[in-house]
Parts: sequence; structure tokens; C-alpha cells
Amino acid sequence: MEGGVTGRAFQFQRFTRLNRALHVLLIVSFIALAVTGMSLKFSYTSWAAFLSRRLGGFESAGFIHRAAATLMFGLFVTHLWDVNRQRKREHGGSLLKLLLGPDSMLFNRRDLRELVATLKWFVGAGPRPRYGRWTYWEKFDYFAVFWGIFVIGSTGLMLWFPVFFTRLLPGWLINVATIIHSDEALLATGFIFTVHFFNTHLRPEKFPMDTVVFTGRMPVAEFKRDKPAEFEALVASGKLEENLVEPYQPVVIRTIRGFAWTALTIGTLMVLWIVYAMVFAYR
Amino acid sequence: MVGQGRPACGRTATLAAAFVLAALPASLAAQETADCLACHGERGFTTVRKGRTVSLYVPEKAYTASIHGSLACISCHTDVEGMEGGHEAPLKKVDCAACHEAETKQHAASLHGKAMKRGDSLAPTCAACHGIHDIRAAKDPASPVSPLKVPFTCGKCHQEGTVVMRQRNIHQDHILENYSESIHGEGLLKKGLIVAANCASCHTAHNILSHTDPASSIARGNIARTCTACHAQIEVVHRKVIKGELWEKEAHVLPACIDCHQPHRVRKVFYTQGMADADCLKCHQEKALRAKDGRTLFVDEREHQASRHAKVACSQCHSGVNVSFRRPCESITTKVDCGACHTEIAQQYARSQHGKLLLDGDPNAPSCKECHGTHGTLGRLQGSSPTFATNIPRLCARCHREGEKAAVRYKGPEHGIIEAYTESIHGKGLLKSGLTVTATCTGCHTAHGVLPRTDPASSVNRANVPETCGRCHHGIQEQFQQSVHYEMLGKTDKQLPVCDDCHSAHTIRRADADGFKLDIMQKCGRCHGEIARTYFDTYHGKVSQLGYTKTAKCYDCHGAHDIQKITDPRSHLSRQNVVATCQKCHPGATRRFAGYLSHATHHDPGKYPWLFWTFWGMTGLLVGTFVISGTHTLLWLPRALKMRRELREAEEAEQRELEKHEWAHPASPAGADRGASGPTPGGPGPEGRG
Repeated sequence: MEGGVTGRAFQFQRFTRLNRALHVLLIVSFIALAVTGMSLKFSYTSWAAFLSRRLGGFESAGFIHRAAATLMFGLFVTHLWDVNRQRKREHGGSLLKLLLGPDSMLFNRRDLRELVATLKWFVGAGPRPRYGRWTYWEKFDYFAVFWGIFVIGSTGLMLWFPVFFTRLLPGWLINVATIIHSDEALLATGFIFTVHFFNTHLRPEKFPMDTVVFTGRMPVAEFKRDKPAEFEALVASGKLEENLVEPYQPVVIRTIRGFAWTALTIGTLMVLWIVYAMVFAYR
Repeated sequence: MVGQGRPACGRTATLAAAFVLAALPASLAAQETADCLACHGERGFTTVRKGRTVSLYVPEKAYTASIHGSLACISCHTDVEGMEGGHEAPLKKVDCAACHEAETKQHAASLHGKAMKRGDSLAPTCAACHGIHDIRAAKDPASPVSPLKVPFTCGKCHQEGTVVMRQRNIHQDHILENYSESIHGEGLLKKGLIVAANCASCHTAHNILSHTDPASSIARGNIARTCTACHAQIEVVHRKVIKGELWEKEAHVLPACIDCHQPHRVRKVFYTQGMADADCLKCHQEKALRAKDGRTLFVDEREHQASRHAKVACSQCHSGVNVSFRRPCESITTKVDCGACHTEIAQQYARSQHGKLLLDGDPNAPSCKECHGTHGTLGRLQGSSPTFATNIPRLCARCHREGEKAAVRYKGPEHGIIEAYTESIHGKGLLKSGLTVTATCTGCHTAHGVLPRTDPASSVNRANVPETCGRCHHGIQEQFQQSVHYEMLGKTDKQLPVCDDCHSAHTIRRADADGFKLDIMQKCGRCHGEIARTYFDTYHGKVSQLGYTKTAKCYDCHGAHDIQKITDPRSHLSRQNVVATCQKCHPGATRRFAGYLSHATHHDPGKYPWLFWTFWGMTGLLVGTFVISGTHTLLWLPRALKMRRELREAEEAEQRELEKHEWAHPASPAGADRGASGPTPGGPGPEGRG
């Protein structure tokens, strides 16, 4: 089914090299943060103690956690820089065009229409909507990261430097920050490892995984099926060919799949572990 | 003149007699001593009695020099009274009792007096010792009863070869000889120490009785009193536990002086043990010697000589021997009573569980010898002694190891005691590091006062544990006794912890070992349940729960032995101290920092509303997000499955198409690898071919 593997047909390039690199780093840092953080949050399970030992002890785990946080913050800043660069290159420096253009990540009326249409399609009251460059759930995932970095990052800094922050803030805010940090992290991991995994990988027509975010390219037919509106717009503007590239060599694909499978497995295991910790071992 | 001229005599009887004499009619005074000496003063004045010529000479010089010199002859020879100008008939024997009533009475009851009464011709009269007309005061060195002369006076009869020694039943031999070589004899005879004991010092002068007579000064029960007349505080230098009182009152349980210091052989050197022991060993060195019931009676003298009791004679422990018997041990009726010397320890033992069991006749009860052995008993500081520190666990284990006789009757919670102790800090200190000052079994349970924990007198009773541990850990005890756990004693119904509640009894670990540090939180949590649970909701608690000791644990903030209510100014968490306590780990911590809730729970809206609402706000967000996205996903699922089916069908259809096509145009380069049905984009096809 994946064209690139066996043939040499051109594929549609959906993500830039930087986008893909950032997503890989995001996965690495996110999993590192999740594993080290959850081992503390669910410290009452034997799994947590085991993981903590494997990671070299709580201090080592703490170091990994902070290093991963720094990495994630770094790639977040890089992404903002990249978006700003896009603003200059593609939108003539106009912030407004960047934010309100057809490829904008911001929610707009079209997303609301597509959401309603999607719900109708779900219940069999209409056809599958003709999605464009970004679907509303993709936008949701995207801003979830923004939100998460803001909420978890800021509370995380408080927990990292409590002495500094309590020069200004009362000590009990550290307790509040702990709850927010921990529960928001639970939400983030839970969401990414279930909903995001389903939306992008596990949903039957993509099963077992969609590697587009790693390869950056997808078969044109699949692209046309997934995002008909964008396809048609590209064809109409004649820009489709600009975005066609050769598929990767099989060995690259295999490597990418290996990495993706690892991330997918760790995420799934973590979900199982969280469910176990919350449901069966909760105290 | 007679009446007035007498010198005052010390004796009451004499004084009384003097008054009687003074009251005599004046006619009596006519008979002067000079009158008597008119005849008796002549050296050649003799008479013939029973065919023998007997001298009636009274040497005037000796008489006047004697203690009776100022008395008239008739004072003693009372029957001369009224015999003017000489007398024919022989005079009656002088009765000393007229003046010396008490002495005479004593003498009459003594061995000497009884012999005299029997008509024993060898029995000594007053004159035999004191002389006749030349009697001197005992203080007078010229007197035969002066201290220096007494041995010779007595020795006239009581020395080898005399008629008395040959013909009468005298138990001792070589009396005078032995005496003269004894410390008493040497002091008296060679050094002229007249305070040294002579015969009369022990046997008395007039009241001489057999040692079998309970009234005798040398009867077993009276020996101590007799000896201590001079050796007033001998028990002090002998053995501190022998109380003089006991020595006199219960002479039968204690060795009497003479058991070690044989009469007439009292040496100035310490009594040669070998002498008496050799007597016992004559039989008991035989390996084959057995009692009637088959017990061996062999005594390994080498073992005894190497023992703590090497200087203790057989008879000191096996008291009740009687040297009069051929087998002196025949008279022994009681078992060795160690308490005779070790009185305090024996009393303590009797109150202990071991002692009580023994008293109840329990066959399992350990007596002294179970732990200390018998003839080979060693001091607890001797390495090969079973009671040496490093050997104690093994000693106690003989009964207290799991399955042994003491362990099987124990119903308490402590099990595997010996094994646990061996692995404990005390056990390792003792057995691996060889630290003999480490607590052994007896260190806590005492050696002789072992009692069950439930007994209020037990050293390991809850109330006594701090003091018991404090014997070594004194500084800790002082701290503990100022803590809330001690000061609240009696002010609360709750049971307050003592050392072993946190440190355990037999599995004590180093307090700086990780295992202990982590375990202690469970220990605190046994009483402080809620506060421990909420602690585990914080970062400190979670890291501790993971098994790391670096974050703050109960005692890091509250202190360990000096724990106080946080409202107490002495507490590490009091207003004055809390910031400094936080700064131990968080340098730069401020008072605001100390406002961190280290036992916070988000389940208490009253106490911690911020935490409560934050938690529920976050939970709401979480649940809401999952409900919405979950619903979205579930609704999507059937559509997605349908899509997949359609894709498959389209794919298969295309595959069939392709096969048909290839069969028709086998050379045609197929672009079917796109893998998806539907129209392919125009341009890229040809360029896409590799």
C-alpha cells in the first residue's frame, strides 16, 4: 500500500525537514519526561521503583527529566523561530496572513463547519468532509503542546527552583504547582498515548502506523484521499509538482519504522501502566 | 591492819570478800602472816604424808611479790582461823572460788573441770596454770598465764609426748609445734607481739570446751565470732559479699575460718590451697570415681587450677566437710551454693525467670553451672569463658535458638532471635568486628536478672527500655527523655514509643543504613497514620517511596530522639527553627519557603482549599478532555473501519485489473505501486520511474 517502499513513484511532501526533526525530538523529550515523571508520580507501584532504578536512581531520573524539559523548551523556541521565518518568507512578513491564511494553525469557522460535518459523517448523516491542510483535531493536538508547555513548563520551573520562587510566592503555591504539573502531565501523556495515537496511527485506515511525520512524505493517492481540499487547491494552483519528492530508501523507512514502533510501544505500555496505577493500585 | 592494808582488787568477788573480811571480829587480826611464816618461812619445814616427805615451805619473797602478797595467809587458808600457835592437821585445799567465783564456775564446766570432777589425775587445777603462793597477774610477764607464757603453760600437757597427749583423746597433733610456726605463734614467740593470739585467745582461759559443744568458742558457729574478736573486719578484706553478719548467723552455709585456715597452722602466707585440696584429690583425681547414681566424681585439677576459682579450696564451695571423718566429705549434705560468696548475684538470680523456674523444679531451668560451668569456671573477661562477650550469643542460643527448649515455650512475637541478632548491628559488631563492648544478650536482658518483657522489673520492659539502651547510648537517652515521646508519659492514654518500637529488638540496623532510613517512616506511620500518608503525596515522600533516602524523611525535619511537638519552641519545626531546618537541604530557603506544606493532601477542602480545588479543577479538565476526545474517537471508529474495508476492496479490484493488464501487455511498466485506487496525479508518473 505504501508506494515508496516497493516502487519509485513520487510522493507528496507534507512536512519540512525541520518539522520532522522537531517532531522526533519532541517524541524523545516527551517520552523521557513522561517516563521519569510518572515514575515519581506513581512511586507507590513497584513498576515505578523498577523504572527509577533502571534510570539510575531518582537523581539521575531527575536529571533526565530536566534535560528533556530543556530540550523540549529548546525545540519549542526553534519552532516559534521557524514559524516566524515562514511569516517572513511565505507571508511577506505579515502576521495577519500567517494567522488567518488558509494554512493557518489557528481555529477558524471552517474548522467549526468541518467539526459539525465530521460528526454528521460519524453518525452516517453525511459524507466524509473534504479536509484541508490541517484538520481541527490536528490543530487541537498542536495547541495542546503549546498549552502543555506553558502549564507544565511554568509549574515545572517552580518545582525546579522552589527556593527562588518562594522569595516571591508563598510556600503552599509549590504544593499547588505540584498538583497542576502532575495532573496536566497525566492529561498530556494520557491524551498523546491514546487519542493522538489513535487519530494518527491506530485508526483502521492508517493501522498500524502513519509514518508521514517522520518521512515527511506520503503517497499522492493517500494525500488526495485524506486532504482532498488541499489536493485540489494544489492541483488548481499547479503547485502540486513543487511538493513532489522521491520516496526514501527502504533502509531509511525501516529505521523510521523501528523508531516509531519503539515510541508507540513505550507509549502504549505507559498507558497500561497508568491505568494499572490509577485503577488497581491507587492510594 | 589486815582489813585496811589490802590493795584494791579488780574482781568483784574479791571486793565482796574484802568487805566480809573487814567486818570480821578484831580477834582474827591477831593471826598475822608473820605468825605463819614463823614456821613456814623455814626452808627445811617439812612433813610426811602417805610416807613421803613433803615440803611445807612458803617462800616469803615470792609470796610478797605475788598478786596475793598483801593478803594474809588466812584469807585463803580460812581453816587456820583460831588455831593459835600452829596447827597439827593438814589444811584443806584452798578454794579459789571464794574470791574468783566466775572463773571457777567456768572452769568447773570446762573440759578441764569435768575431767577433774571425774577424778582424772591429769586434769589441771587452778594452781596447775596459775601457781600457788607465787601467783602473778596475767599482765605480769613473769606469770605463767601471761600471753608470752601461755603456749608453754598449755604446752606442758598439750605437746607431743606428754601423758595427756598419749593417754587422752586429743584430736589435734603437734599442737605446740604447729602453733609456734603459725603466724600467731611466730608473732608471739619470735616477735614478742603479746596481742598475737595465744591458746587462750581462741580456746578461752577457763571455759575450754570441745569444738563439738555448741557453747564452745571454737564450735563451728562461734568460730567467726572468735576470730573476728581480733580480726574485726576480716570479711571486708576477704570477700566483699561475705557479710560478717551472715558469717556468724549462717555459719553452716559459709566456710568457717578454719575450713581454710586450719587451727594451729594459721600461716602468715596465704593458706596453701593445695594442702587441703590434695586431701580431696586423693580420691577425686581418679577418673573412674563415680557416685552411686553413676555420675562421675572426677575432678580435673588442671582445669580447676586454670579457673577463676584456682585460689578457692574445694571445701570453700563444698562446705560442710568435717575433717574429723576419714572422708571429710561424708558430712556434706547440701549442693554447692554459689550464693554463699556471690550473694547479690544469687539473690538477683532467684528473682529472675531462670531462678523462678529452678525454684519450681523445672528441669529446663538453668542454674549457675549451666552457664558458668563447674570446676573450670572462668571470668567473663577471659576469652575462653562461655560468658565472654563474644560467646554469649552461642551460650544463650543453646536454649533460645528456634526449636530449643526455651524457644519452644516462648509465645511472644520475637522469632529467630539468634539469627536476627547475628545480622543486627550489635551482632555484627560483636561477632564480625569483635567489639566486646557491643550489646550482647546479657547487655540488654542482664545476666542474672533475666525477666520476660511483661514483667515491670524486666530490663526490657517498656518502661525500662530507654534506661537499658541508655547504659551504652547515654547521650541518646538524655535526648529521648526530653522528647515528646517521653515527656508525655502519664499524660496520655496512647502508648508511647520506646527505643525498640523504632529500632526493633533483635534486628537493629545501623541508623545510617538505607533500609533503616526508609523503614523508619513506616514505623512513624504506625501511630501517625494520616500524617505519614499525606507525606507520601509530596515530593519528599514519593522519592522516599521509590527507595531513595536523599529527600527529607520524618526525622530529617522532626528530629529523631529529640522530637517535639511543633508548637514547642525546642522543636526543629518551631517558628524559630523551621527555616534553619529547611536550610539543611535547601540552602537559601526563606520563611516563605518554609510555608511549603510537607504533609499536604488535596482531599481536605477545609484545611487546604487551594489544593482541593486545584486538584478537582485539574481532574475536571482531564476527565472533560478525555470524555470529549474519547467520544470523538469512538464515533470515528466504525467509519474508519468502513473506510478500511472499502480501501481493501478497491485495492483488490485494482490488483485484479492490473493482473489482467499485465497479462495483456507484459512489457508495460506499471505505475500500480502507488498502492491506492483512484485517479493518479498527472505529471509525476513518468519522472517517478527509477
